[in-house]
Formats: sequence, structure tokens, C-alpha cells
Amino acid sequence: MINLKYFFKGLGCVKSFDSPAIALGCCMVAIGALFKNIGFNIQESVFSTFLTYALPGSLVMAETMIIGGSLLNIFFAVWLVNSRLYPMTVSLMPLMMHKKQPKWKYYISCHFVAVSAWLIMKNNYKSIEKKNRIDYWIGVGTATWSVAILATLIGYISADYLNKNMMIGLAIVNPIYFMCMMIGSMKTLQINSSVILGAVLGPVFYFVSPEWCILFGGLIAGTIAFFLGEKNVN
Amino acid sequence: MSTSVFLAILVTSLATFSSRFFGVITSEKIKENSKIFRWFNCLAYSTLAALIARIIIFPSGFLSEVDYLIRFIVIISSIFVFYLTKKNLVYPTIFSAIILTLINSL
Repeated sequence: MINLKYFFKGLGCVKSFDSPAIALGCCMVAIGALFKNIGFNIQESVFSTFLTYALPGSLVMAETMIIGGSLLNIFFAVWLVNSRLYPMTVSLMPLMMHKKQPKWKYYISCHFVAVSAWLIMKNNYKSIEKKNRIDYWIGVGTATWSVAILATLIGYISADYLNKNMMIGLAIVNPIYFMCMMIGSMKTLQINSSVILGAVLGPVFYFVSPEWCILFGGLIAGTIAFFLGEKNVN
Repeated sequence: MSTSVFLAILVTSLATFSSRFFGVITSEKIKENSKIFRWFNCLAYSTLAALIARIIIFPSGFLSEVDYLIRFIVIISSIFVFYLTKKNLVYPTIFSAIILTLINSL
């Protein structure tokens, strides 16, 4: 089944002080409080993080519900903002695929593909033999997912004690944390140019279409960065 | 659990999981040292960067109530803290929350 040695090794990734647990926790506390403010009950809030586990998507769902959007509106808005998970999954799974591992592990554990777990895995996969990477990944994912669920619960319970300024303070944690993780990952020309061009073109395309700007900006930026990197290597 | 909230959560998780699920299907045909894998790697980083930049520059929710200049100051100082603490992730994130809360409380 699962090699427990590597599973626990992955699980332990949230123990260190520099782990994503604190930052991820702060972000999810804000989500938990937001859920309470828009009228979710405690089960719905926890259930939402349990099933979705993608912070920007949960934010978009909450915002679409506030403005009275339909289920179709919610689906489309969430799909657009979370479509980044597709290239993220494709750029991670081949690193972990091994013919001796059953496929169900990949199809179930893809639920853990989210920025924090993804970046941890991208930064650490080389230190694990390919055969055991999926078990390590399941550990990493379980750890970050559990932190997210627990923090949502804490956020929901503590919502009454958080004033507006504290909520604003918590809201900046998510982009700052993602941004620092991205800067920390910038080690090759291809990744550097992907990050820089994406950060520029994403907002530029916002003027063309606020809904499609992440997809359009990301697709064009990533493609330019790919050719830049390939040309440089050749 | 009320039906509409329940359905909204279900629809959200379906929209999210579909990208992950199709990602695994695509991955089965991709080798880790192929060109297409490198292209997807670029796309992953660029879409993430685009998303983060959009959240910071065109925020919604609570962040939209914060002035551009204040957001800019918090971001630049957080990057400074990130490098000052030898790329530690905890210090800049906690610093950003505290500094933004304090500036807004003034």
C-alpha cells in the first residue's frame, strides 16, 4: 500500500519552523472567518476546505455567493481561477510516476495539488528516490491539507474576536506567502522568466478580461519563458 | 447543511478537482525530461505568478479596502524581510499581517 517511512517523512514537512504550516494556517484562518461572515455554519466551512482545498477558489466561491451568483456562475468563476492547478499537476505528477506504484495513488492524491504542497514537493523531490516519491507526496499533502482544515475551523470559531483590521492583515498573508515561495523557487532562466512575465502579463490582461487574465497571461508568459529557456540552453 | 450552500461547495470542489484530475490523465503520457513537460512547468509557474500579481494589484474582498501605496510598502518591506532572514517564509508572512493591521489601525 503506502510506504509509511516516506509517508511520515512527508508528513513531517510541516513540523519545522520554516514550514508552510504557519503561513497556510493564517490564510485558512481568514477563510474560516470569512465563511462565518457570509453565513456558513461550522460543518459547511470545514466541509468546504475538506473538499476544495484551494484558497483562491474558496475566496471566489464566497465572493460569487455574496453577489448572488448562480451555481453555474460559481462553477465557471472557480474553474477559471483554479485552472492553474492543471499545469501544476502536469508539472508535478510525471516526477512521481513509477510503474510499480498503483494508479489510484495518483488520482486520489492529486487532490493535494495546491501551492504550498506543490512548492514543497518541487523543492524536495530530488532527495527522494522516484519509486517512493508518491508516498512522500501523500504525506506532504495530508499534512498541509490537515493544517488547512484545522485552521478553517479555528478561523470560524475565532471570527467574532477578529476585527476588520485583523481580517485585512490576514488577507495579505496569502499573496505574500505565495510570492515569497515563488521568489525562493526562482533558480533557472525558464522559471525566473515564467514568474516575472506571469506577474507582469497577468495584471496586464486584467484590462482585457478580469476573468480570463490568469489563464491568458499565464499561457502567454509561460510559453515565452519556455522558448527563452530552450533557446538559451541550445 | 442548507441545500444551496451544500451545492455551492460541491460545485466549487468539482470545478477545482477537474483541473487536478485532468492533470493526472495528461501526466500519464508525459515524460519528465520531455520538452512538453518543461513547457507545462513554465505554465505552472507563470499562471501562479499571474494569480498572485492579480490578487495583489487587483484584489477583492478585504484587501481592496487597502490603499495602493500601503499595499506596495507592505509588499516591498516583506520581500526585504524575506531576504534579510535568508529566505525564511515565516517571518515575512507574519510581518506582513502585523504591519498591515497596524497601518490600518492608525
